[in-house]
Amino acid sequence: MSTTVAVLRFPGTLDHDSAVRAVEGLGATAVEAWHADAELPAGTDAVLLPGGFSYGDHLRCGAIASRAPVMAAVKRHADAGGRVVGICNGFQVLCEAGLLPGALRRNATLSFVCRQMELEVADDDTPWTSGLETGAVISIPIKNNEGAWYGDPDAARVVLRYRDNLLGSTDAVAGVANAAGNVMGLMPHPEEACDALLGSTDGQLVLAGLIA
Amino acid sequence: MTQVIVTVMPKQGVLDPQGQAVAGALGQLGFEGVGEVRIGKRIELAIAGDDPAGQARAMCEQLLANALIEDYSIEVPG
Repeated sequence: MSTTVAVLRFPGTLDHDSAVRAVEGLGATAVEAWHADAELPAGTDAVLLPGGFSYGDHLRCGAIASRAPVMAAVKRHADAGGRVVGICNGFQVLCEAGLLPGALRRNATLSFVCRQMELEVADDDTPWTSGLETGAVISIPIKNNEGAWYGDPDAARVVLRYRDNLLGSTDAVAGVANAAGNVMGLMPHPEEACDALLGSTDGQLVLAGLIA
Repeated sequence: MTQVIVTVMPKQGVLDPQGQAVAGALGQLGFEGVGEVRIGKRIELAIAGDDPAGQARAMCEQLLANALIEDYSIEVPG
């Protein structure tokens, strides 16, 4: 049976369709989960929080979405060992929800940055990097304004680092996981790097972590 | 209803690129002697009940501020 991935949608989510396409490209089934739902769809194996501007980025990026009803269900899923990945705004939501360490700040460039980035694998012992080796370099684009991770890298499980830390992340962090590794968040967009036509298919290596 | 003013500021030591950009622009306008500029936000709340300051504190802890990167202060104007 194919893996069922619940792709969350908040008011202001933008990257839902790209995420669904990427999930389906992995041979998994994508189902939509709405922010006001109290439960994840029946049969959910893994959860993807896509990028965008949930709740208009009001107050802080991801802050209001992290308190949405569906997030209690995501927490239960994560606590039970289920896989969860948050991309860009989804990463911000997971940090605000306390599912991942740290917070995302305004870019040091003071500007929206949209470009292809080289990322170095810092930890190959997670579901999200199992097809990679520590030190390997992958190419995935970023597109964000508040993408600088801030936190204690020694207290976090750093999964990916930027080779060029132009956003000003602490320790060049691009993606972190929880201690168990089943929850991961990253600012780069793996769902936009799943087709050779877009210049890279490295995103598939990361999103393969959704497939148990 | 009691008016409560919450001020949220980036923590000392947390880079505030917005403040740095404004400091640079002030210098370009000829304002000399401007040191550090830091930018936060002011939230005005009208709160019912006996303990508006306590309520506001709980709101800050749960939503209005992110303790990792922000400090908050609460003022109840007389």
